Amino acid sequence: MGRVISRRAVGRNVLRKEGHEKVAGLAHYIDDLRFDDVLYVRTVRSTVPAGAIADIRYNFDRDGFTVVDHRDIPGRNIVALIDEDQPSLATSRVRHVAEPIALLAHPDRARLLAADVAITYRETSPNFDPERSDLSFKSIEIEKGQLDKGLAQADLVVEGEYRAGHQEQLYIEPNGVVAVPEDGGVTLYGSLQCPYYVHRALTVLLGLPAEKVRVVQTETGGGFGGKEEYPSMIAGHAALVALKSGRPAKLIYDRVEDMLATTKRHPAIVRHRTGVKKDGRLTAMDIDVVMDGGAYATLSAVVLSRGMIHASGPYRCDHVLARGRATMTNTPPNGAFRGFGAPQTQFAIEAHMDVIADRLGIDPLRLRERNALRPGDTTATGQKVGKDCSALQVLREAGRRTAFVRKRKSLKGSNRGIGLSLFFHGSGFTGGGEVKLASKASLALTDRGVQIRVASTEIGQGTRTMHAQIVADTLRIPYDQVSVSAADTATVPDSGPTVASRTCMIVGRLLQRCAEDMRVRLGRLTPAAYFKKNGGFVVTKQYEKPPGLEWDDQTYRGDAYGSYGWACDVVEVEVDPVTYQVTPIAFTTVHEIGRAIHPMLAAGQIEGGSSQGLGYALLEEVVMRGGKMANAQLTNYIIPTTLDTPPMTIKILENPYKHGPFGAKGVGEMPIDGPAPAVINALRHAGVAVAEIPATPEKIMNATMRRSG
Amino acid sequence: MRLTVNRKTVTVKAHPLTRLLDVLREECGLTGTKEGCGEGECGACTVLVDGDPVNSCLVPVAQVQGTRITTIEGLGGKHPLQRAFVEHGGAQCGICTPGMIMAAAALGPRPSLDEIRTGLAGNLCRCTGYAAIYRSVQRAGTR
Repeated sequence: MGRVISRRAVGRNVLRKEGHEKVAGLAHYIDDLRFDDVLYVRTVRSTVPAGAIADIRYNFDRDGFTVVDHRDIPGRNIVALIDEDQPSLATSRVRHVAEPIALLAHPDRARLLAADVAITYRETSPNFDPERSDLSFKSIEIEKGQLDKGLAQADLVVEGEYRAGHQEQLYIEPNGVVAVPEDGGVTLYGSLQCPYYVHRALTVLLGLPAEKVRVVQTETGGGFGGKEEYPSMIAGHAALVALKSGRPAKLIYDRVEDMLATTKRHPAIVRHRTGVKKDGRLTAMDIDVVMDGGAYATLSAVVLSRGMIHASGPYRCDHVLARGRATMTNTPPNGAFRGFGAPQTQFAIEAHMDVIADRLGIDPLRLRERNALRPGDTTATGQKVGKDCSALQVLREAGRRTAFVRKRKSLKGSNRGIGLSLFFHGSGFTGGGEVKLASKASLALTDRGVQIRVASTEIGQGTRTMHAQIVADTLRIPYDQVSVSAADTATVPDSGPTVASRTCMIVGRLLQRCAEDMRVRLGRLTPAAYFKKNGGFVVTKQYEKPPGLEWDDQTYRGDAYGSYGWACDVVEVEVDPVTYQVTPIAFTTVHEIGRAIHPMLAAGQIEGGSSQGLGYALLEEVVMRGGKMANAQLTNYIIPTTLDTPPMTIKILENPYKHGPFGAKGVGEMPIDGPAPAVINALRHAGVAVAEIPATPEKIMNATMRRSG
Repeated sequence: MRLTVNRKTVTVKAHPLTRLLDVLREECGLTGTKEGCGEGECGACTVLVDGDPVNSCLVPVAQVQGTRITTIEGLGGKHPLQRAFVEHGGAQCGICTPGMIMAAAALGPRPSLDEIRTGLAGNLCRCTGYAAIYRSVQRAGTR
């Protein structure tokens, strides 16, 4: 048995594992699966933002219907996540429009849709202003040095206020699940990112032991955070119907319902007061953040946490005080969305940096060059960044590629502008999160070869492919010989959620450790030869904190993340002086991500995330009226089309992180942090000072009229 | 009602006003065509009717009697566009992919970048930022 010689997979653009199925129309998403005897489920929702439920009347012939309300919940009436404030089905009060109150199910969809349910409420006064809320889900304070001392050292103090609106994830496949009753328990199939989140939520809601609940991810048509926590809600609903009726229950949202009811990116108000020396050095940063959590806590505490840690940007400053809170309003709960708080706060600091540059008369690139973190510097939480800090490199590379300083001068006075943003993004769960998760991954040698068993989900980013590359190269076997198990809680361990740019860096590293052990055990044999001789085995590894990583959740001091990616965006825009429409003309980004396991997939993350970021900057406006999304459809919630997306130039730099697989850091979220401030800065350069996103034509018009008026 | 779908004649029982999308998915079992919005904005349900791309969520089935309907399944799996979308990263989550490929198939051979951008403007992709889709369509044309 000779050693297997293979071309290495890592760093090469091997074929995506499920690529053929996806292009052939053979990949099975939740709505593509057929279940016999299925009931369709409809969610009855509140139509008022705040109040008590006075009366519910079911004005239809209930023959053939299954009707579920809170009294049918066998376990606890909560959507189990961080806090326990959100009911699965409202009992007596509602806190937002579109809050689930009851479930109707019927085999005939027409009858289901026609069923009339009349609910009367005793309405109470709603609050839609996050700054006037009397309930904070979470408050965070980060203090470094002494703010007063830093302000006293300043030659100039610059203040600014920045606002970011909601953003809808807008995965093209809406949320959907099917629950199937099975011997006293339930199996849940669905479009979801985090099988074990759903698993836990179901055991709590249904009062079932863990082994009676099985969660299977079906092919998932995009998530972007929108299928991180919300599937726990919808899975619970389908499961309640399945258990009550004894039949499979299918609950798939249409686009309008998905946009009305599911989570969005938190709106934020960020205020900066910054001390600077005349030469541009930052002496003090005073930052205040308010995030609109919506009606229930969901993930607001951790969204705020990531937002706060990124609020001071990738800059060195000895005196920082950052205070933030996420508060309750009577709007549908906000939740996870790619970037997870960091896009809001980095939009603010990066827009503010250009205001400072203007006030000082310094080029924005030079101002950032002066303040960018270097290896050995400390962040606002006191984390000393290591050799894998690349803030200066990405800034200089982006500046050089776009001839930024020169171009900025040449465009002066035209209706075009060019702007940049420098940003970073922590990989993995914040603070002690990874230690608490204690994720596991397994690698099995079976009669069918080497199989990866993780709960990490493929949602477009290439999880299966990238994991298989890491395993193949560590085992020194061909990529094609590594298969990936479905994300099914009956067969895979809890690898933690597929979020937080952790799937490669954290779970990929676990798999690498599994493969290292398997390699030793195989000796000189190929997997197939070993199996034939000795039979199969499974290697499982659990997360171990890299040495030296320390975090204190009480004081918010320490190493907030194992590693950070670093990036710089440059965007050129043109402003139409008649319609006030803004067109991005060219977009360049430099991303340092440790190691690109699959360069094409990594570039795909960067291009896609950047495009979402451009949408966030210019197009994507959630209009709330009376606590209800008024434009809950694709006709008037606009995401970028081909014609809205400029040509993109992507450059990936690699500065390895020693505890990442093959040096890899996270990549999924970072791209969405940068485009919005780069666009706002380009607009400022073109003479339009806006401090709020999305910068729609109405806002551009107002800013222009203010200037000339 | 008799329809020609992917070169085969099929008889369907659906009401004439049923959406073509539902007939394809539920009666013909062709689930490769996806529903993303149900209002003709996202293009995930794009199929070809006599070679032209249409949003099958907006077409009542009665309207396509006597036409040739082609869905993603009709391309057979090894069409140059299908291969190129795998090789060049044109498919990420894959939900827009069948519709995107059908719209691209209607562009004819060797479309220019401008023709691709215009021809695919009715197909939304939330994953790729479109760049990899352009590369896929262009490379497919040069095979």
